[in-house]
Amino acid sequence: MFELLGIPPQVLMGQLLLGLINGSFYAVLSLGLAVIFGLLNVINFAHGALYMAGAFVAWMLLNYLGVGYWPALILAPLAVGIFGIVLERTMLSRLYHLDHLYGLLLTFGLALIIQGLFRNYYGISGLPYRIPSALAGGHNLGFMFLPNYRAWVIVASIIVCFGTWFMIEKTRLGAYLRAATENSALVNAFGVNVPLLLVLTYGFGTALAGFAGVLAAPIYSVNPNMGADLIIIVFAVVVIGGMGSIMGAIVTGYMLGIIEGLTRVFYPEGSSVVIFVIMAIVLLIKPEGLFGRAA
Amino acid sequence: MSSEKTDPPAAGAAPILPPSTGMPTLHKAIFLVLLLFLAGLPFMVYPVFAMKVMCFALFAAAFNLLLGFGGLLSFGHAAYFGGASYIAAHAAKEWGFTPELSVLCGTAAAAVLGLIIGALSIRRQGIYFAMVTLAFAQMVYFFALQAPFTGGEDGIQSVPRGDLFGLIPLENNIALYFFVLAVTFGGILFLYRIVHSPFGQVLKAIRENEPRAISLGYNVNRYKLLVFVLSATFAGLAGATKSQVFQLASLTDAHWMMSGEVVLMTLLGGMGTIFGPPVGAALIVTMQNYLATFGAWVTVIQGVIFVIGVLLFREGIVGVISRWLKRPL
Amino acid sequence: MIRKLALGTALGALAAGAAFAAGIDVKLGVLNDRSGVYADLSGEGSVVAARMAVEDFKAKDKGLNVEIISADHQNKPDIGSGIARKWYDAEGVNAILDVPTSSVALAVADITADANGVLLDSGAGSTALTREQCRPTTIHWTYDTAALANGTGKALTEAGGKKWFFLTADYAFGHSLEENTAKVVEANGGEVVGTVDVPFPAQDFSSFLLQAQGSGADVIGLANAGGDTVNAIKQASEFGITQAGQKLAALLFFITDVHALGVQTAQGLSLTSAFYWDQNDQTREWSKRFMDKHGAEPTMVQAGVYSATMAYLAAVEALGSADDGKAVVAKMKEMDIDDPLFGKVKVRGDGRAVHDMYLYEVKTPGDSTGEWDLYKQISSISGDDAFLPMLDECDFTKK
Repeated sequence: MFELLGIPPQVLMGQLLLGLINGSFYAVLSLGLAVIFGLLNVINFAHGALYMAGAFVAWMLLNYLGVGYWPALILAPLAVGIFGIVLERTMLSRLYHLDHLYGLLLTFGLALIIQGLFRNYYGISGLPYRIPSALAGGHNLGFMFLPNYRAWVIVASIIVCFGTWFMIEKTRLGAYLRAATENSALVNAFGVNVPLLLVLTYGFGTALAGFAGVLAAPIYSVNPNMGADLIIIVFAVVVIGGMGSIMGAIVTGYMLGIIEGLTRVFYPEGSSVVIFVIMAIVLLIKPEGLFGRAA
Repeated sequence: MSSEKTDPPAAGAAPILPPSTGMPTLHKAIFLVLLLFLAGLPFMVYPVFAMKVMCFALFAAAFNLLLGFGGLLSFGHAAYFGGASYIAAHAAKEWGFTPELSVLCGTAAAAVLGLIIGALSIRRQGIYFAMVTLAFAQMVYFFALQAPFTGGEDGIQSVPRGDLFGLIPLENNIALYFFVLAVTFGGILFLYRIVHSPFGQVLKAIRENEPRAISLGYNVNRYKLLVFVLSATFAGLAGATKSQVFQLASLTDAHWMMSGEVVLMTLLGGMGTIFGPPVGAALIVTMQNYLATFGAWVTVIQGVIFVIGVLLFREGIVGVISRWLKRPL
Repeated sequence: MIRKLALGTALGALAAGAAFAAGIDVKLGVLNDRSGVYADLSGEGSVVAARMAVEDFKAKDKGLNVEIISADHQNKPDIGSGIARKWYDAEGVNAILDVPTSSVALAVADITADANGVLLDSGAGSTALTREQCRPTTIHWTYDTAALANGTGKALTEAGGKKWFFLTADYAFGHSLEENTAKVVEANGGEVVGTVDVPFPAQDFSSFLLQAQGSGADVIGLANAGGDTVNAIKQASEFGITQAGQKLAALLFFITDVHALGVQTAQGLSLTSAFYWDQNDQTREWSKRFMDKHGAEPTMVQAGVYSATMAYLAAVEALGSADDGKAVVAKMKEMDIDDPLFGKVKVRGDGRAVHDMYLYEVKTPGDSTGEWDLYKQISSISGDDAFLPMLDECDFTKK
């Protein structure tokens, strides 16, 4: 095998795999953001906070009700999705007729509230959440030791991402969604309940954030700040992929995870900024994003 | 797909000021009362707190020039505020510059930064513009974290207050207060002039209807760039002054939360109004100051204000008052 | 002087407080992180500790009217220095306590020196507080990065961990901790085979851990704190790094971190601390009272706030006034302190409080008998070995 800039291939392979794991989180989160933006034209700044909420719900289910990881993988996104629906009905839906910058500002405020509340009640040290016993341990791949749970993260995110993609691009419901994106008044006139579509989409998008939160809970400590800085990275992913582009969000998510992983080998300090550099370059050269349609 | 909507957030909310050459009597009166009030303020409240309010008032006013009058939402204004504060702190501490020269250095740096970032960003619109400015601000933040002279997480500390013009020692809080008052008040008056100049009128025309402004023969991009640079410069002036007050430049000033905070201040006070952003800044800073003991509740309260502001008072406090009075403020 | 004071105290006791109705006003400000990454290890617990000190000192009976206020510096130097300045300028605070986060502590140290107040720092780690930026009004009470290095770093190197790889939080504190530890490692015949600077704060350490694993080091030194350390340890166990024989050195590790991590994951880790609740009868008695009030066992930072406050009040009582910060600190440096929690403490001329440090190991799930039964003592390190020697230019007792 080749050796790149003095980095042995084993290390490189390991880092690529780790990048893919991180990319899995980016993909699921940016997918949710892209779905919401595509249909609602809302930049959901609360996405990071909802991701955190998903992890917390999983933790609460376990510690207050004794509900384990597997049911939580369904229940927590459901809870977060319902919360998202409440937010959409009570607040967001009032802003659709305005510039979408207002949606960004509103959800920014919501993110502050949600994070502040969790910080008040659960402190900041982070709460432990055990890896489910079925996924404990790992396999030695020769170039690295891959924990089973991380492998599961990749699998789960690919299933969810491509399931979502399939639903939106290939099913009847998805066709309505896409049609409503293009011209909601017309679709409404055809007898499709567009407001219902909108609220379900927001609920689904936030549920995806909650799902990512549950996936993350056993890896990172469950912490009120876990989504705070992630949100602007995921934003950048969506922008690079092309706002509203489902496939763009998914592919860019995985890709940037890998690029970030490689940066960690060659210039670790820069790993927090590389995504923004890429975003600036992409926006300046191809403003509609890598996968976006030109407006 | 309607992601390229270009109508500015302030459209419809901000009152359009009549073109005029002189300052309306109402505005004159408000500025005068404000000046008298501010002259007496340091004897009533803690001067450092009052200075902080004024720095943020100028910051918000500068931001408002871009958002409220230029119709451009930048999500990276912390770059100029923070960048200038680092340069000014460095100039005062390492080069031994006098306070006014340090502040000028910082402001000039912000202007240059604004020119570079502005030239690249104004080619994009709406949410893309916001994102490009955010991306550049993150790079400035990264620079502030990594560059050898910025002190990383520690920031630049123990910046000497120095002697104004080499003559008047600013060690005394009251003396410093009047220096800050002169800078910020002068800055806001200058911004007022810009808004009411022919340049300001063209800006409004662009904000309301960009294609029409183009068809009228205006070089829209040059106007946008100029307003961007002006906004960045005054944001820098505010940041540079703040570094002299607190004798410190830190990462907080360059973090993206600061960019969010200035949006909050502007929104709360009323974007597109002259007096709104300073009012918003004063309220937010006061709140942070007096609620500091409540810990994380400050974040929650700020969030609630944001949400209520967006849902119910999109015109902001001064915007609402202005509507009651049927007069632009 | 002493006789006069003794007389004063005696008179005060005789008059049963009546003569001291006016008393000496002392205002203490606990400035720490109440909402961020260090909120659990300092935060409200430090305020509780300061209040307990005032009670235990029987300040009222001794004619001291002590008031305690507190604020959140959010780990930001600008906010911290703003509050400190206001406290001294406008609110008549005499001393500021705790101040974790080195960057904030250094800023507050300067303001304190300007205002002639007192900084009793317990939470911060940077050795600069008593070296590069030493001030005649600073006392650094509980620990510093050098003491941590001399504890954990030395012990692990002597135990055969010759090759070290550092994961360093990319800011002043992390670099200082790495530098101090690397020196100790090299002095004990070890070598540093690599370092990687990790952006702060970080969630995902797997990629850095993998680099550490590939380096062939015996020990992976974690030069970070709080949530970063917890995450790094968790992920090291997940990736089978500890199981494969590499040791982790959590250079700064608090009991609240161990509690958050759980003994299952944290077992076997070595750590250096100035205090552990289950050390002796006195610490147990005090910690029990603390637990009743606060609902968690005290960290060494919180215990340090208590002891520093006790010593400070004793000095103020001896001087009869809290107004002159420099004088109070000078007085504290003269005193021989025998503290219920820290044992014998001597405050050096540079403001460094010298006391014993302890090397602990986290118990295994089998050994741990309760939620907070977490540490097993390995050895104790005398204060003179733990802390760096004093710099001459920082010896303020000479001037």
